[in-house]
Amino acid sequence: MQAIWTSMSGSVEAGLLYALMALGVYITFRILDFPDLTVDGSFTTGGAIAAVMINAGYSPWLATAAALAGGLVAGSLTGLLHAKGKINGLLSGILMMIALYSINLRILGRPNMSLLGMDTIFPPIERDRRWMLLIVIAVVIVIIKLLIDAFLKTDLGLALRATGDNAKMIGSFGANTDTTKIIGVSLSNGLVALSGAVIAMQQGFADISMGIGMIVIGLASVIIGEALFGAKTVFRATLAVVLGSIVYRIVVALALRVDWLESSDVKLITAIIVIIALVVPTASRSWTMKKQAYKRSRELAGSEAGR
Amino acid sequence: MLRLTNIYKLFNPGTVDEKTALAGINLQLNPGDFVTVIGSNGAGKSTLMNIISGAMRPDMGDVLIDNQNVTQMPEFKRSIFIGRVFQDPMAGTAPRMTIEENLAMAYKRGQGRGLRLGVTRRRREMFREQLARLGIGLENRLRAKVGLLSGGERQALSLLMATFTNPRILLLDEHTAALDPARADLITRLTETIVREQRLTTLMVTHNMEQAIRLGNRLIMMDKGRIILDIDPDKKKSLTVERLLGEFEQISGHKLSDDRIVLG
Repeated sequence: MQAIWTSMSGSVEAGLLYALMALGVYITFRILDFPDLTVDGSFTTGGAIAAVMINAGYSPWLATAAALAGGLVAGSLTGLLHAKGKINGLLSGILMMIALYSINLRILGRPNMSLLGMDTIFPPIERDRRWMLLIVIAVVIVIIKLLIDAFLKTDLGLALRATGDNAKMIGSFGANTDTTKIIGVSLSNGLVALSGAVIAMQQGFADISMGIGMIVIGLASVIIGEALFGAKTVFRATLAVVLGSIVYRIVVALALRVDWLESSDVKLITAIIVIIALVVPTASRSWTMKKQAYKRSRELAGSEAGR
Repeated sequence: MLRLTNIYKLFNPGTVDEKTALAGINLQLNPGDFVTVIGSNGAGKSTLMNIISGAMRPDMGDVLIDNQNVTQMPEFKRSIFIGRVFQDPMAGTAPRMTIEENLAMAYKRGQGRGLRLGVTRRRREMFREQLARLGIGLENRLRAKVGLLSGGERQALSLLMATFTNPRILLLDEHTAALDPARADLITRLTETIVREQRLTTLMVTHNMEQAIRLGNRLIMMDKGRIILDIDPDKKKSLTVERLLGEFEQISGHKLSDDRIVLG
């Protein structure tokens, strides 16, 4: 029982920390309608910047802020490639992701860097008081979520949402859609890098490959969240993303308890979760529609015959 | 108010598909003018609208708004002056956002967009008043997603969004063409009222001959990238569909061919 509780609270904690990354993916994928693959690179950038700065003796808070800034820069470069360089969105992200791989290696100077025994933003805490930390993390994540909600209701935030919804329309009302795209992608990657930084501190190391597959995990969180908790309003949607991120971690933890699954199978499991979450709603909707159409046709045929 | 001087626009220049969309357009709109535009397929009506709005740049010639040369100004900057309603009712609104959010975006036309709340209580009251002018009950559905509205409702909202900030120029690009007759009639009536009440300088492309004659104080006819006829307010009052078609044939040397034409 104790083991299950520990693994559950571990999943919730990881889910909350990765939720920052998922919120970033939500901003590009859902709000801007821009599938941004920079994420795989910028997540590592965040982790790398934090690890290097902490090892160099800087305050962990400053290191976290620098990681956020690094993500903002990486994202704005992807945005520039797409908006000003007119490169296809998917390709802009892939190009940045590849470029960031080399940059991340430059930042780290080696494939991985330990943070064990260093001061991080997480205070050293005894095992049985871990739940207190969990509550603090949850509160902080909720505050960040509420800040994003508030931003999306400002004049600029509305223009950002309209850019993904109907770019022609918001352009005809005088918003520069190039600028809103760059701001959106930048903000998204800022959150992703922030997530990378806190994950590096929580797990005690940064690794050149820590970002691989992040975009799919982000998508999984967004899609699972929307499917389970709905996305009618922005408030609901961002809440769903945070909860989706937690559910994803729990699902993975449970899957790994199956004897014949290895921890290296996590990425395959993730891909399958995303595929199921994408296919099932569409398929069930089309099946319901067909059934409905058949029912209505029969009713119409019946009333014709009765005449 | 609006002046176009010697505007040329070619598509695919220098290729076998070269097409002259506009060939030396000269047009002046005075404040308060409501000009209807008719013409054959490919006469250049839509290109003309795009040149004025800034969606396209002319190859030659100048666009002046309020004596300011805006030829090289991109569309999003020019939108300070211009309100536009498109033919497609889906084009003028953001479907996944609410009615009040859409209005808030239109309210900030041409202004900087910062980190202030988009829908404030004061603005909401103003939006409610404005929506009530449409008379179709949208004022009670401020928080409904625009995607849930019918085509006619969306077009009425687009019209309001394009006009309630009093733009210098209103462009209507066949904005009733995609609607069923009853809805088209509603939008036409609303257009008439709004343009009259706010004295908007308006350019309206239409396929409906009767509408082109009945609305506005001036009518221009386009063919092969040129303005071939400009009917002034005095003559326009006594115009009929037959005379208009006759006049077109006489000047252009061919029948007005438009697969979507509506005589009235």
